[in-house]
Amino acid sequence: MSSSSAAGVAGPTGNVGISLPPGHRDTASVIAADVRSGARSAVDVLAEHFARIDASEIDVHAFNHVMRAEAQVAAIEVDAAVAAGRDPGVLAGVPLALKDNMCTKGIPTTCSSKILQGWEPPYNATVVDRLAVAGALFVGKCNLDEFAMGSSTENSAFGPTRNPHDFTKVPGGSSGGSAAAVAAGYAAVSLGSDTGGSIRQPASLCGLVGVKPTYGLVSRFGLIAFASSLDQIGPFSHTVADAALLLEAISGHDPMDSTSYNAPAPLLQAAVADGVANGVAGLRVGIVTELAGEGMSADVLARLEVAAQRLRDAGATVGQISVPSTKFGLSAYYLIAPAECSSNLARYDGVRYGLRIKGESAANLQDMMSASRAAGFGPEVKRRIMLGTYALSAGYYDAYYGQAQKIRTLIIQDFAQAYSQFDVLLTPTSPTTAFSFGDKTADPMTMYFNDVATIPSNLSGDPALSVPCGVGDDGMPIGVQLLGPALSEATLLKAAAVIEKGNWS
Amino acid sequence: MSSPLTRADVVHVAGLARIALTDSEIDQYLVDLAGILGHFSDIASVNTEGISPTAHPLGLTNVFRADVVRPSLNREEVLAMAPLAEDDRFRVPKILGES
Repeated sequence: MSSSSAAGVAGPTGNVGISLPPGHRDTASVIAADVRSGARSAVDVLAEHFARIDASEIDVHAFNHVMRAEAQVAAIEVDAAVAAGRDPGVLAGVPLALKDNMCTKGIPTTCSSKILQGWEPPYNATVVDRLAVAGALFVGKCNLDEFAMGSSTENSAFGPTRNPHDFTKVPGGSSGGSAAAVAAGYAAVSLGSDTGGSIRQPASLCGLVGVKPTYGLVSRFGLIAFASSLDQIGPFSHTVADAALLLEAISGHDPMDSTSYNAPAPLLQAAVADGVANGVAGLRVGIVTELAGEGMSADVLARLEVAAQRLRDAGATVGQISVPSTKFGLSAYYLIAPAECSSNLARYDGVRYGLRIKGESAANLQDMMSASRAAGFGPEVKRRIMLGTYALSAGYYDAYYGQAQKIRTLIIQDFAQAYSQFDVLLTPTSPTTAFSFGDKTADPMTMYFNDVATIPSNLSGDPALSVPCGVGDDGMPIGVQLLGPALSEATLLKAAAVIEKGNWS
Repeated sequence: MSSPLTRADVVHVAGLARIALTDSEIDQYLVDLAGILGHFSDIASVNTEGISPTAHPLGLTNVFRADVVRPSLNREEVLAMAPLAEDDRFRVPKILGES
């Protein structure tokens, strides 16, 4: 367990950021192809990534726990499989980082919370098992806002993660450690979870591709629950092709998750190759007017127009569409998500696992539970548990939680209407580029507004992604968001490949 | 939308949520929660008459599986992570008392 003091103007070493060489794109696609063909060994690939961890992790603090020995064993096994002529898996030798809210058997899993410090799960999340079979090398468990509640990693009980592009800036959140690990070259790809934008916003702020899949496409078994009707696991990567590769590997029905979608895993890599080669002729793209104006900074809106032009140049038509109920998305989300969190986090009571305070000295069971939860949860988690408990309590349920769930229905209906006219929708991912530590912590509402463009697709259950599209006035990365109807991942990735291609030319 | 949040409401909710709060935390959460609920009261203005609530975004309902016995978690491994265990059980402070 590492911990860092409050972030200042630079990291402990005095460095201000990491300069990865231009063209540094040691992608999962290239690594897997090289390792599978025997051109590179998994052990060598891993050593290159650990050299970067050793050089700068003290500044970045991407990880709560580094899995050095386990990754080394896995790399040796991959190399042995290649040498023996066995299939080493589609992600053979790919260093991969996991958000620390995904269960790893016998490996500490904390959710960046003191209440789970030292807990070692007795089982693996389904995504972990699938990636292990695919030959991925788990390099570590990544820092996050405590229980994934936040947009900057400043709510981690173990100290914030720094943005690898500029150590004075946040990496976004809640999956900030997963984003930083890829941006800093510690892992080729990583997994995050997205409840209201927790993959897409850090991807935007760190210059990466980030995908929130359709609700149910990826199993949530072993993902520690925050808001069960909104949570979804998805990939971070340098390239759209890598996002397709990783998402294909983790998608598909899982009997252990009753909300898992029972349909064949989609063919995504072929869609990306098609987009790169042939463009997106005839694709109808709608810019959401409610999310492309007020509250968005000028440089973000300028990059949105660049993305739209790239899609036009590749054969798409771009129009405007109003999705009026999205303006109530923030309110509905911040009532529904805390309500579900208050229920899900009731399990941390000092009985079966995690922190217990006043064990034998407690007057009674409730005294022990209240003391344990007071000591184990940080301020934002307590705030949301209490907000959710209030929204669900007698006399207020209909006005808050019930009304929010009805607005969720209106948002789904509005999106269905939009998708009758457009194939995909285009918006900014985040209102601004990465902000400085402490900038948005004084008033909870300031931080919550960060999620305004990403929340609607969690409420609707539809897929969405963020793809890099240049930098802002401060030189920091800007991503744009593509949204589509349920199970439209192939279309979204194909369009994203067109936007990405413009970054390379 | 509703009557303003009071200090007593915060104390009541903290009790329901099983979180022991200090006096200064109660004061802080009163300010925070009142502010947040104030912002989100805009949803009261939305006409939702005749609209059904959404619990699952894709409308999936009951999911069944075959009633087949499968292995469960190892008892020793599970109890090893408990703060206190005794005789293959979780040990807790007394549940019934004078208070």
